[in-house]
Amino acid sequence: MAEQLYLIAEVAGRTVAIDSDQVESVVDIGEVTAVPRAAKAVRGLAALRSRVVTVVDTEAALGLNGCTLARRAVITAIDGHHYAMLVDTLEDVEPFELRPLAGGIALEGNWRNAARGLVERDGEPILVVDLAALVPASALLS
Amino acid sequence: MVAAGNFHRGPMDDLLQDFIAETRETLEALSGEIVAWESQPDDRARLDAIFRFVHTVKGSCGFLDLPRLERLAHAAEDVLAQVRDGARVPDRALVNAVLAVVDRIGEIVEAIDAGAALDDSGEELLIAALAEGSEEIVLPSPVAQRAPSRSVRLGVDLLDRMMSGMSEMVLARNELARRLRVGEIDPAVEAALERLSLTVGEMRDTVTRTRMQKIDALFSPLPRMVRDTAAGLGKSVVLQIEGSDVELDREMIEVMRDPLVHIIRNAIDHGIEAPAERRAAGKREVGRLCVSARQSGNQIIIEIADDGRGVNVDRLIQKLAASGIRGERDLHALSDAAKLELMFHPGLSSKDTVSEISGRGVGMDVVKASIDQIGGRVELDNVPGKGLRIAIHVPLTLSIISAIIVGAGKQRFAIPRQSIEEIVSERGEAIRIDQLGGTPIATVRDRRMPLLDLGHLLELCPDREQHGPRMLVIVGAGAGSYALAVDAVHDNEELVIKPASPAVMATGIYAGQTLPDSGLPMLLLDTAGMARVGGLDFSRDLSAAFGDVIEEAAAPGLPALLFDDLDGVRRAVPLAAVDRVEKVSASQVQLAAGSHRLAIDGRIVPLAMQGQLDGRERLSVLRLKDEDAEVAYAIDEAIEIVTLPAEIAPARSPGAAMGVALVEGEQIEVLDVLWVFDMHVDRVAAEDAPLCLLAGDKDGWLATFVRPLLETAGYRVAGSLAPGETPAVILAADAAELGPVAAPVVRLRRKRQAEPGDDSVYRYDRAGLLFALEARVGARGGC
Repeated sequence: MAEQLYLIAEVAGRTVAIDSDQVESVVDIGEVTAVPRAAKAVRGLAALRSRVVTVVDTEAALGLNGCTLARRAVITAIDGHHYAMLVDTLEDVEPFELRPLAGGIALEGNWRNAARGLVERDGEPILVVDLAALVPASALLS
Repeated sequence: MVAAGNFHRGPMDDLLQDFIAETRETLEALSGEIVAWESQPDDRARLDAIFRFVHTVKGSCGFLDLPRLERLAHAAEDVLAQVRDGARVPDRALVNAVLAVVDRIGEIVEAIDAGAALDDSGEELLIAALAEGSEEIVLPSPVAQRAPSRSVRLGVDLLDRMMSGMSEMVLARNELARRLRVGEIDPAVEAALERLSLTVGEMRDTVTRTRMQKIDALFSPLPRMVRDTAAGLGKSVVLQIEGSDVELDREMIEVMRDPLVHIIRNAIDHGIEAPAERRAAGKREVGRLCVSARQSGNQIIIEIADDGRGVNVDRLIQKLAASGIRGERDLHALSDAAKLELMFHPGLSSKDTVSEISGRGVGMDVVKASIDQIGGRVELDNVPGKGLRIAIHVPLTLSIISAIIVGAGKQRFAIPRQSIEEIVSERGEAIRIDQLGGTPIATVRDRRMPLLDLGHLLELCPDREQHGPRMLVIVGAGAGSYALAVDAVHDNEELVIKPASPAVMATGIYAGQTLPDSGLPMLLLDTAGMARVGGLDFSRDLSAAFGDVIEEAAAPGLPALLFDDLDGVRRAVPLAAVDRVEKVSASQVQLAAGSHRLAIDGRIVPLAMQGQLDGRERLSVLRLKDEDAEVAYAIDEAIEIVTLPAEIAPARSPGAAMGVALVEGEQIEVLDVLWVFDMHVDRVAAEDAPLCLLAGDKDGWLATFVRPLLETAGYRVAGSLAPGETPAVILAADAAELGPVAAPVVRLRRKRQAEPGDDSVYRYDRAGLLFALEARVGARGGC
């Protein structure tokens, strides 16, 4: 099976792998404009040079109670819109081979929807997440 | 040689350039199709592509006034339609003939662009060659003659890159300015920065214009098109256009052009009934069409409403069933909305006869396809017998709007200026805020409306700090208005609005996002969305809306003065013609020389009347003025000013009444002011009036008796010519001998009966004389 580049990051205190095809860039987010009444996962809007991106609080998107203080974000484009997905830390970009989740593993909360499989780094299994599944309401509106 | 097309330079120029560029582009793309069709004439897809091309050319020509192209395109379209219907087989002769026409269209388009003349000989032959059974024509090799053009077509991607580069530049300038102002700043640097700011600002405007265009570009050709289309069908239609200054992405404007034209033609052709039918249905004879554009949420809504017969859904079903596309039972089982949507079914026209206006197979399905292509949608609102409203929702990819920036808590939001009626302070005079059963309402002067607090609506912290009184922004939201209480009103800015992500739009209260010069993103509020989310219910107002919209489209009536005339009849006179109404004494009126005259203001003014003065001592007169001419019209009494309806039943014969209008249920005769002037104005011969030379007037009869008649009729009269003068006509007494004359002659005869061959006029036949003079002068082409 062919290997694919993955970005290893820490989200909600857990290490995850993100398919590098989904990653446009990695940035530090400046001031964020709140979007009142939007879903909890929508932190707000931020300017990335001349582009406005929707900042997504990944912890909230995963259905966790926490509220990340992270300012670092992975920029991804979904259906023509750009999102900044907040991540706690970024570790590395490495090629891995995608493996299916072992049978019987029940992930909690929204982790289940976001999970696409796992990769193995020095014997440590890392969950592969699909950023599109973490973007709030996009599925709801389509 | 004739000019390639009789188009007008001016505002249509842009459109013409677009048309040329578009036709050229389509032709280039089509050349492959044409070759393919040639080798495989039964290829339906190729046939459709060529058909669409000629159809589009025909449509565009209609409103660009290019009759020559239109004729060619129409002829080709006819033939291709026959092929599509299976009425004709595309043999070699037909294919060649169509291709020759397509080539010719290309040549004419190039000639128009070059401003060159192109020989139109041979076009008849091209059209004739399309007929069945005609000889195969030899295809001339097309000669490409292309003139350098002042306009270029660019890819949208390039423009987008330019736009974002520009925005970066603005932000970099702001950053630079911020950093410079931290310390002491050298005046020279300050000046340079100022200049940079100015240039950047101008550049931004220019770059933005490359992408955006007022929707007026789409609307401006409509009045002409509507008039021509309606005239071609013997209908009269009043067009009302609203929201021309809404700005739209050029790309969208391009895409919307054909669908809009098609919908409007359809509305006039199929929707609006013939005048007689409208009358029978109790409608005004003049059909009404309202085209409007407005921004709502993250969409631009283009609405086309007509007050015609609406869509006969049963008829659509019958036609579709008859064509065997779907079973009648299936179709009847559809929901009402789905049934109505059948009008977008390919190859359907709700009218049986094919007319030149709306075309045929290329119908509403193409409209639907174009709108789908840009991610838009169409909403139909059909009231059979009363009208159809088509609302096209175009997604807002990018737009520039003028917005008011308001504050709620610490955050700023933009509200489209277009939806703001006014802004008042809640402490202002004539402003009240009350609680009506727990619901806040605002009373602004005499208007009572619901009140929404932006801070509450946005669920900002209730204990947010407030500085001074709130401001009330009165906004319109579709059917109704409400007051939006905000903490502060900041300023007014032109903003580039882009669509926000679905996660943000899901709230239903935002219309888009923008990045103002501050570099901090800002949200644009959707006033209709806020009303919805705030639970405001305007449905009571909405129920009457359909009728109202049509009603608003009514042509404004004619203000008129209602009066009782001397003969006891109540009449109306258009107010514009009345200078003033005055009371005068009967002693000022004299019956002299066959007509009444009024001495007033030291002058003598002709006095017109219907009826008798009957020994009145005082009377009222209408002073009617038309440029220099003045006539007084005697009346019994002026009553009031009324508004006459747009339609006035015309009088059958010219006379004192131009027609009859319905005023408050009463039939009122409308005075024909022009007729009054025509009958009563004392004519003063103008300098350039035709000169009538009296010849052989030995006994002075002509000069004495005929001269006043001629002068009244607008001739200058002379007994002899001044040097250099030439008469327009010569009036000769019976036996006068004329020398060599350079003018037509009218002779008067003494005998009542004319001899055979005699074209003279009996000397007491005043009407005959004037008629003869006019005919001779007119035959000479006037003077």
